[in-house]
Amino acid sequence: MAETTRSIEIEVLRYRPEQEDAPVWQRYTVPFTDDMSVLQGLQQIKDDQDGSLSFRWSCRMAICGSCGMMVDGKPKLSCQTFLRDLLPGPVRIEALAHFPIERDLIVSVDKFVDKLEAIKPYLIPKEPRTLAQGEYLQTPAQLQQYEQFSSCINCMLCYAACPQYGLDDKFVGPGVLALLHRYNADSRDGGREQRMEVVNANEGVWSCTAVGYCSVVCPKHVDPAHAVNQNKVNSAKDYFLRFVAPKGGG
Amino acid sequence: MNHKPVGTGPRGPYIRPMTGWWKRDPFFVRYMARELTAFAVLAYAVVLLVGVVRLSQGEAAWNGWLMALRSPWSLLLHIVLLVSFAVHAKSWFEIMPKTMPILVVGGQRVAEATITRVGWAATLLASAALFALAWWGQS
Repeated sequence: MAETTRSIEIEVLRYRPEQEDAPVWQRYTVPFTDDMSVLQGLQQIKDDQDGSLSFRWSCRMAICGSCGMMVDGKPKLSCQTFLRDLLPGPVRIEALAHFPIERDLIVSVDKFVDKLEAIKPYLIPKEPRTLAQGEYLQTPAQLQQYEQFSSCINCMLCYAACPQYGLDDKFVGPGVLALLHRYNADSRDGGREQRMEVVNANEGVWSCTAVGYCSVVCPKHVDPAHAVNQNKVNSAKDYFLRFVAPKGGG
Repeated sequence: MNHKPVGTGPRGPYIRPMTGWWKRDPFFVRYMARELTAFAVLAYAVVLLVGVVRLSQGEAAWNGWLMALRSPWSLLLHIVLLVSFAVHAKSWFEIMPKTMPILVVGGQRVAEATITRVGWAATLLASAALFALAWWGQS
């Protein structure tokens, strides 16, 4: 019965910097069918009711990571959240928590992108190989050590779930630290020492207080809390082992 | 709150306040409850520390401390502390798998629940051993 059209109230936290000093709630009545996501509800508003509503989206299939927002107070991908599950409403939609609101549901991601660049999110080969030497080989067990952490789509839902990030946005945060671990845990990578500087810093893993909500909201089961907390152990080892085996001491 | 940076264009990112953040989601409330149990651990450490100080002050002081422990208020406090300790231990054993690298045994990844259960089993064994030792030492 996907064709049956019902209607639901959607309240959106609007913020137009040229128009208001602080965000305000605006209510829309949205016709919807059972197969419609929250994102499609917003598109209905934009196309048929109010073209000034701003939000980000791209793939509509939970892989681009663009459409993250707070749906009834929880960080969600709006393309993956269905209006039928939010009845009777009203549904309250707000920009991702802990990020500055740029306009309506659009947040500033500048700091997140800066952090992403800072961790060198690419393989730094242990030893350079020529094409003739062939590919870098890896066993299934070695793959298993980092595979889940490579599923991150940078949707930043984990940041909206992390109160430590909300309280201090200098914290590198769950998503970027999980990606950092993805490379450090890769048997082909040799960049660990450079990345440990990020891990060991005050803004690194030690700013995490193991709230654990990041792993709950992650739509890709990356489990950032696992990456961050096992790196507390790595960071502690890094600190104490330098007395035993100083750098360059072999 | 001055949230508008100096600029020429209409841009002015709005930063939402974090006041009362822990009441925003039941998950955060449970987190705060877990963090509160740390104070129970601190409180019990103080109780034990007072015992050590009283021991150094002679037999009368030591016996006074032992008597104080038997008062109804002290028993009530100990019940509260014991429950808090149980919550504290439970929450930490739940986090334990997250602090370890991915364990693979016989090609299979060890489930988080298994690691948590191993933690509990070790605790129960250690507690039983300590209890037996104390019991044996008394008689």
